Amino acid sequence: MMIGVLGLQGDFREHLWALQKLNAEAIVVKTVEDLKRVSGLIIPGGESTTIGRLARITGIADELHKRVIQGMPVYGTCAGMILLAKRIANYPNQYSFGLMDIVVERNAYGRQVESFEVDLPIQVIGGKFKAIFIRAPKIVECGDKVEILAEYNGSPVFVQQDNLLAGSFHPELGNDLRVHEYFLRMVGVKYAGVH
Amino acid sequence: MEKGTWTVKTGFADMFKGGVIMDVTTAEQAKIAEEAGAVAVMALERVPADIRKAGGVARMASIAKIKEIMQAVSIPVMAKVRIGHIAEARILEALGVDFIDESEVLTPADDRFHINKHEFKVPFVCGARDLGEALRRIAEGAAMIRTKGEAGTGNVVEAVKHMRRVMDDIRKVTTMLDDELVAYAKEIGAPVELVREVKRLGRLPVVNFAAGGVATPADAALMMILGADGVFVGSGIFKSKDPSKMARAIVMAVTYWNDPEMLLKVSEDIGEPMPGLEVEELEVRMQERGW
Repeated sequence: MMIGVLGLQGDFREHLWALQKLNAEAIVVKTVEDLKRVSGLIIPGGESTTIGRLARITGIADELHKRVIQGMPVYGTCAGMILLAKRIANYPNQYSFGLMDIVVERNAYGRQVESFEVDLPIQVIGGKFKAIFIRAPKIVECGDKVEILAEYNGSPVFVQQDNLLAGSFHPELGNDLRVHEYFLRMVGVKYAGVH
Repeated sequence: MEKGTWTVKTGFADMFKGGVIMDVTTAEQAKIAEEAGAVAVMALERVPADIRKAGGVARMASIAKIKEIMQAVSIPVMAKVRIGHIAEARILEALGVDFIDESEVLTPADDRFHINKHEFKVPFVCGARDLGEALRRIAEGAAMIRTKGEAGTGNVVEAVKHMRRVMDDIRKVTTMLDDELVAYAKEIGAPVELVREVKRLGRLPVVNFAAGGVATPADAALMMILGADGVFVGSGIFKSKDPSKMARAIVMAVTYWNDPEMLLKVSEDIGEPMPGLEVEELEVRMQERGW
């Protein structure tokens, strides 16, 4: 089974490398045809306005809607999480895919000088994880079907809703592959563990 | 919880990859850039082509100008400081700009030293023409590198020269024996630890963008073909006939740089690009600023 990383803009290569380290078969998705080949998709960090615009004009957004309804697992990090959200609280007119029952706030921790790293307890992956927050979004509302997997300062920062996974932080920038492993388990891929 | 770490700085630069950073001089231009899909804007008093025309001393943009642009858009805002101007950089950090460009486009404030960028929480980008210059800037704390090219000319030849030289130097390092690295580091004026890291990674340890003369979608795609992680477009957008169209086309070209059909499609109907200048005829070569 093939995993895709949406490669319209952002740090998609870091996600690709993480998947490759876990021996998963992975490709960069830039077109609708690419998207049709994959069984799971990661939407990377980057600028949500840029990625959203390109996904819309290339038809990738429409195809993604179809696939998610059919049950394809998708994991969004930072900009990816913003794009999965049904609404962006502080930019209500900004386009998003609207696939997840969460409302997010963009740049919720401030501008770049406020970006930070912190050890975050995440039970589903076995405990403490070095989480890197860069001009990060915060989840301000969750629907009933949304399970909170991690919180920081009382706000959810890592959540799951059935086949959809979303986080404010960037596991692809570190060497700890447990969040990617968790996503691969969601996709049901056979892979060789690394740790 | 830790702010302003090296990971947070270089990680932020990673988020720009595959994107276009556009020079803007008003809130209205910033909005056009954001709507076209820019990943960040560079807030300026004047674009480089006009700095070149105006002559005199070019300094950091006015605070009012940068604030106006920061309030206008949701995407990151960068601003330039003069080479070595620690106080301009402190002011921009206090203002909360997301990235500082210690730039040869402005008149240098120090003719020997660059800013010690490690001392700041805000990340810096710096220009380079070869691997030695890039690694000196990284040693000083730059979290992102761009080619210098020759800003404000609409002539891509210098950006190409600098990107090719950096890539060529990297290829050379990757094939060198470990025995040769110390002498090579001395030759290019770079710390040997960083030369070793380049050999290990097969690339620069930070993101490397193209800048300085990109004027068309084809120019932007060319820089991506040569190995750039993304592109800065200075005068090329708002000195063209139809900035919004040009901006959208360049954004597409940077994503689909390896898809000729798409490049053809986005290169049609972009209007007239900015007028270009011959590099040999320039009175000021901005690329020579930096030590």
